[in-house]
Amino acid sequence: MSANIETIEYAVIVENLEKRFGDFQAVNKVSFKVRKGEIFGFLGPNGAGKSTTIRMLCGIIIPTSGKANVIGFDVFKETEKIKNHIGYMSQKFSLYEDLTVEENIDFYSGIYQIPAKEKRERKEWVIKMAGLDNHRNSLTAILPGGWRQRLALGCALLHRPPVIFLDEPTSGVDPISRRSFWDLIYQLASEGVTVFVTTHYMDEAEYCDRLAMIYRGELVALGTPNELSQKYMSEDILNLECSDPFAMLKVINKIPEIEEAALFGRGLHLSVINAQTKISAIIAALKEQKVEYIGLKKINPSLEDVFVSIIEARDREEQGGVK
Amino acid sequence: MNIHRVIAIMRKEFIHIIRDRRSLGMAIAMPILLIFLFGSSLSLDVDNVPLVIWDQNSTSNSRELINRFTASHYFGLTGYVSSYEEIEQAIDKRDAILALVIPYDFSRKLESGQTVDIQLIVDGSDSNTATISMGYAQTVVDNYNSALLIKTAYQQGKKTVNVPLEAKPRVWFNQNMLAKNYIIPGLIAVIMMVIAALLTSLTIAREWENGTMEQLITTPLKPMELLVGKLAPYFAIGMLDILLAVLMGQFLFNVPLRGNPMLIFGSGAIFLVGSLTMGMLISIVTRSQLLASQLAMVLTFLPSFLLSGFMYTISNMPTVIQGITYLVPARYFVTILKNIYLKGVGISILISEAGILLFFAVILVIVANIKLRKRLV
Repeated sequence: MSANIETIEYAVIVENLEKRFGDFQAVNKVSFKVRKGEIFGFLGPNGAGKSTTIRMLCGIIIPTSGKANVIGFDVFKETEKIKNHIGYMSQKFSLYEDLTVEENIDFYSGIYQIPAKEKRERKEWVIKMAGLDNHRNSLTAILPGGWRQRLALGCALLHRPPVIFLDEPTSGVDPISRRSFWDLIYQLASEGVTVFVTTHYMDEAEYCDRLAMIYRGELVALGTPNELSQKYMSEDILNLECSDPFAMLKVINKIPEIEEAALFGRGLHLSVINAQTKISAIIAALKEQKVEYIGLKKINPSLEDVFVSIIEARDREEQGGVK
Repeated sequence: MNIHRVIAIMRKEFIHIIRDRRSLGMAIAMPILLIFLFGSSLSLDVDNVPLVIWDQNSTSNSRELINRFTASHYFGLTGYVSSYEEIEQAIDKRDAILALVIPYDFSRKLESGQTVDIQLIVDGSDSNTATISMGYAQTVVDNYNSALLIKTAYQQGKKTVNVPLEAKPRVWFNQNMLAKNYIIPGLIAVIMMVIAALLTSLTIAREWENGTMEQLITTPLKPMELLVGKLAPYFAIGMLDILLAVLMGQFLFNVPLRGNPMLIFGSGAIFLVGSLTMGMLISIVTRSQLLASQLAMVLTFLPSFLLSGFMYTISNMPTVIQGITYLVPARYFVTILKNIYLKGVGISILISEAGILLFFAVILVIVANIKLRKRLV
């Protein structure tokens, strides 16, 4: 174990980590660090390389090159040690459906070698945490998705790992269950567990302490949700509330001050370079076009705005590069 | 290897098996059904060969020859005919495999001491049965010949007549030469090979398909622990299957068991570990339940059935094929079972076969472990 200063402060250290599958570059020289006890969100569209990264960190697949360290252990050489200290839960439901709730817990207790005297207490903890007290002997197959996810999380936490990796834990789960699942994640983090979670739900990203955005295998942004919306946005976002956003979209496209417009809820999000100076010109243009609107104001960009902005900037860059 | 983790896997697999009634039923009913079907339909004995006779002579002499044919249980007389067309029809309609034609001058030539040619027409489309039937016919004719010689000698006034050579066959081990007595022991070996590989061929592929394998990889579980834990419950089922097979041989087919039954279970245990691991290896490599079960069927059934010496004698095969049979584990178990059943031999004679089976089992376990470790990283 390389116990230097860094491994005391950080639970996960990744440097230039790469994974290639034949010609396909799944993860391209990714570097980041995860502090102990924080909720670290790994954000990106499907196929961006989120799962590949998390699977390299959990020892499921071996990286092509680079360095990575999980709680002081090397992902190339010390996967066996890593496995004793992490919990992992994947998007695919990973419990045995033909086993009951208790049988699943007992199975993972055995695999993680929970000492006999702790076994009972840990089992009760999982059952209570997952809210499955009345379903101890139900087959896992009949449980609704949200309950299964909580049980899977519980099983991955039986051996009290200091780090837990969650790969899209809430995909396919209803919003209320998602909310209560995130309550569990907060609780874990408050107890000092480092949580590494991938998601493509932007609202979930807001719950994380820090975020890494990954796109086409590359890390495109890193920071707290606040930092991301300030640092990575070259434009400001104006929220235009109106009764008929579709009709409004046609009018908006004629106004030169507006770079980009996107439907957003009951209105439009307009990206504008330096909104302060241009907002009056836009209001004037709207009056000239004689369109009704309810309100126009500058807002803090949501993570979705940030992500879309970063990705579009990337794509423009790449297209420019090709020319 | 950690015993607690092995036990955890074992308990989980055991629950899978118990909950999956259909597979459990199949694991127990299939060998019974197969042994019953093969055991009752696979008969190599040739008995009651259908025979037609064209007696052109119709004398007491010709009738005596006919009596010698019909008195033996090897032949079943299906009718008399009076032309070659009728013989052809009888053979075409499978009313006869053998036709005996006694010439019109049979009695005259016999009385005057000349050699008589009697004609035997045999349906060669099933060469095995044809050869055996001709052998039977030859024996009947030979016996009749000696009887005639002795009779003639008496008539010429000799007191004693010695036939120069007489073979006195004495059959050892399968005195009644019943095919079932060597088919059933071989059948047990072949069927156990297929069942065992099929049983385990699904287990690891299922974990891959359900995504639970990925979860297991992230735990401290070692490949060998997974292998041993998964083998154990199927081993129990396999041993139960062997017991059922032996009981069926004993009480349904009345196959005499001359050796020590414990030897069957001992060598069966070694054989089972090998064949169960083979199924597991297929499962590890294919990662798909459908492919794994099909592959297990093809890889075990054909070689075990054709190349184990169960159906076809290995020494009659072309040299290259004979070489391949050494790689078929069922070959050794067939030999062991036939020897225990028919000859009642002990461990000292079977030790080399058992050793080879053990060698197969160890190699398979090692390969499966390596393959699984590669998959698990």
